[in-house]
Amino acid sequence: MTHLQDQQPEYTPPAEPGATPAPGNDDSAALCEQVARAQAERSTLRIVGGDTKAFHGRRVDATQSLSTTGHHGIVHYDPVELVVTVRAGTRLRDLERALADNGQRLAFEPPYFGDNATVGGMVASGLSGPRRPWVGAVRDFVLGVRVITFEGKLLRFGGEVMKNVAGYDLSRLMVGAQGTLGVLTEVSFKVLPLPQASACLRLELPLPDALDRLAAWGREPLPITGAAHDGEALHVRLEGGEGSVSATRQRLGGESDAPLFWSQLRELRLPFFDGAFDDAADRTLWRLSLPALARTPALDGDWFIDWGGAQRWLQSPAGNAAEGQDLHHDVAIREAAIAAGGHATRFTPNGGEDSPFTPLPPVLAKYHRQLKQRLDPQAIFNPGRLYAEW
Amino acid sequence: MELLYDERIDGEIASVDKPALMAAILAVAPQLTLLDREEDLRPFECDGLSAYRVLPMLVAMPTSLAEVEGLMRVCYEHAVPVVTRGAGTGLSGGALPLEKGVLLVMSRFNKILSVDADARIARVQPGVRNLAISEAAAPYGLYYAPDPSSQIACSIGGNVAENAGGVHCLKYGLTVHNVLSVDIVTIEGERMTLGGESLDTPGYDLLALFMGSEGMLGVITEVTVRLLPKPEVAKVLMACFDDVERAGKAVGDIIAAGCIPGGLEMMDNLAIRAAEDFIHAGYPVEAQAILLCELDGVEADVQADCDRVRDLLEAAGATQIQLARDDAERQLFWAGRKAAFPAVGRMSPDYYCIDGTIPRRELPRVLKGINDLSAHYGLRVANVFHAGDGNLHPLILFDANQPGELETTETLGGKILELCVEAGGSITGEHGVGREKLNQMCTQFAADEITLFHAVKSAFDEKRLLNPGKNIPTLARCAEFGAMHVHHGELPHPELPRF
Repeated sequence: MTHLQDQQPEYTPPAEPGATPAPGNDDSAALCEQVARAQAERSTLRIVGGDTKAFHGRRVDATQSLSTTGHHGIVHYDPVELVVTVRAGTRLRDLERALADNGQRLAFEPPYFGDNATVGGMVASGLSGPRRPWVGAVRDFVLGVRVITFEGKLLRFGGEVMKNVAGYDLSRLMVGAQGTLGVLTEVSFKVLPLPQASACLRLELPLPDALDRLAAWGREPLPITGAAHDGEALHVRLEGGEGSVSATRQRLGGESDAPLFWSQLRELRLPFFDGAFDDAADRTLWRLSLPALARTPALDGDWFIDWGGAQRWLQSPAGNAAEGQDLHHDVAIREAAIAAGGHATRFTPNGGEDSPFTPLPPVLAKYHRQLKQRLDPQAIFNPGRLYAEW
Repeated sequence: MELLYDERIDGEIASVDKPALMAAILAVAPQLTLLDREEDLRPFECDGLSAYRVLPMLVAMPTSLAEVEGLMRVCYEHAVPVVTRGAGTGLSGGALPLEKGVLLVMSRFNKILSVDADARIARVQPGVRNLAISEAAAPYGLYYAPDPSSQIACSIGGNVAENAGGVHCLKYGLTVHNVLSVDIVTIEGERMTLGGESLDTPGYDLLALFMGSEGMLGVITEVTVRLLPKPEVAKVLMACFDDVERAGKAVGDIIAAGCIPGGLEMMDNLAIRAAEDFIHAGYPVEAQAILLCELDGVEADVQADCDRVRDLLEAAGATQIQLARDDAERQLFWAGRKAAFPAVGRMSPDYYCIDGTIPRRELPRVLKGINDLSAHYGLRVANVFHAGDGNLHPLILFDANQPGELETTETLGGKILELCVEAGGSITGEHGVGREKLNQMCTQFAADEITLFHAVKSAFDEKRLLNPGKNIPTLARCAEFGAMHVHHGELPHPELPRF
């Protein structure tokens, strides 16, 4: 898991507070040209930013790479507006630093999985951190995008305003599409102020009791922005006004916990996740996205619960499915997740041909295919990234 | 302004034999209520944009999923367009019928299927009214956050189709942020579920794509919404300013200080005087602008926020600041704002309502631009503003009986929307494009962008049968602007508060 090793999990304040970000570089004309050429030559493109999330999908076999890293910089940021517009190749850490300098943040707490993580990759992968159930996901904060279409045209959808219902919401459609519908070059986000107060707690409780308590707390306006269970204890994070955080801290009890827990969880760097990205490991890490109160599926392995129960990590003892012997095990995990009302994604790369994502039901698959066909008729963008057939 | 479907510009629609079509529909859905006599069709000839009326060929009022599926299959086979309608409160003509089309009325899908207090979700049919969801959730201390002004009448299916907003969007989001899943019947009569009770689903975010798609991609047959715990307390501060720009800057100061109010509304002098004259909310009529700032949450935080905001407003040069003493006064402060549209309607024979959005920083420039335009065209404009989220509702006062004044108003409205787009904003924040703002889409989007919208549409509805002629203009139709026209203060659904 080398791509995680060199990452510094904690935010380090810049030497000069309030320093304006570097002006960056507009590489969009060259990117458009490369796409247009690929379309004309019938070649295919593997779209790459910091290449930190390559494991999150099928391997893309394309004739050439299209790198967004030369297209970087914050285009516009007015903290009063709660909006930032940034080029896709900008390093996520640079964006977060600029926001923190102004007392703001990306509230959805995106994971990096490597120091070079870019804004474009963050949006394309659509991954959100531990705060997701309480504040929303990446897609909830995307206000607009610029995107290069299969013809090499740079188009703009959405914008820098909070409310906009003109036309279809293509900005949010791009979130999590992993570059299969176009090349993101610029994204506008809604940002939020940092909380005035925060506190982290740890309560020793078995999982079923923890889920019961979370359900009860969820019916009150408590400032919870993180709830994870490591098998022994429930970890809770509170963020909000001074008054509500201290009152809730008193009421919930438990012992104080280190804030580091949450950034390590975001990066899957807690001991539970050891070996998760090592394809030679004898365990496979699965992510089950389930209704928060679902019963834990009867599957072999160790569990770690995040998102108040809505995101469950399974370290499955089964080995490498690509070797063939454990394919039936993958199917069992997916079926159990579907039966529990959700879906399962394999996080440990297996080097095989099958998609880490749960197959789509037939009607949905049909409309996915048709949408892909309309927006990328020659399948030049990240072919086979999500599913083999498109 | 020509709003009615024009086959030359909007695309051809096949003519079908009505009795044969009815027979085919009833063959697959024998119990389906199908209306075809003129007197039965009449109540469905318009939605909230009541100046424009068309009798549909047929009205279908299904009560079961099987009926919706059967109807769609037959319409698909016969190439008959289908316009879906919820409660009919939309302000942009999104449910305006087609004379060669079927109007699919979903109002009989009106059951709340379940409220799960522990999971904080409600499963409802699309015809359930927005407010009814909050009422059903109230015994558990929960509510459904998006609150469009028509919430006592509008239905959740329509809310999804329009991505409806309300006055609390900055803090609590739009419909897209508060819906977990929708069930869809496609134009070919297939069922699919977008989203789910888990927080994400594999594949593309089609749930987001369908939000605000105005019935162009599929028919909504069920909606699962997220419920929130009710805030413990809400307090409202009213601040008066002798200068609009200063009020606009105060809005920025509040947000820059890290405060996200539940609601943050602004009115200019003309709107203040109109509202005060009508509601007697206690607004100071000499003020050039007032801000209403609602702070909600846990008691301890709200008190601290109120103090902070009061200091900020003072520093920003507010001439008067008043905290609503109790809930009655809080309601009264809001009543003036909510009645702003009809109040303005009392000042003038007619008015046009614009629904533009702008980045907040552009407010002083845009307001100045509106003032200049107003002077240039010789028509008064009152401004009410969802200041927190940048949604501006300029109301142009005019008299349709004065020759040429309607045309001047349309030109002025067009210029205002151009100003919004030029300032980096949008032609519609919450009312939708529908039929009404079809022409204005061409100002906001380039031809290539509109072409891509059509590509998305064709992925779900290749034959262009779902609500054709709405939301996305054909390239042939990129000509002029439109806006909401209210004649003699006759607002559609006058009983509803207007935000």
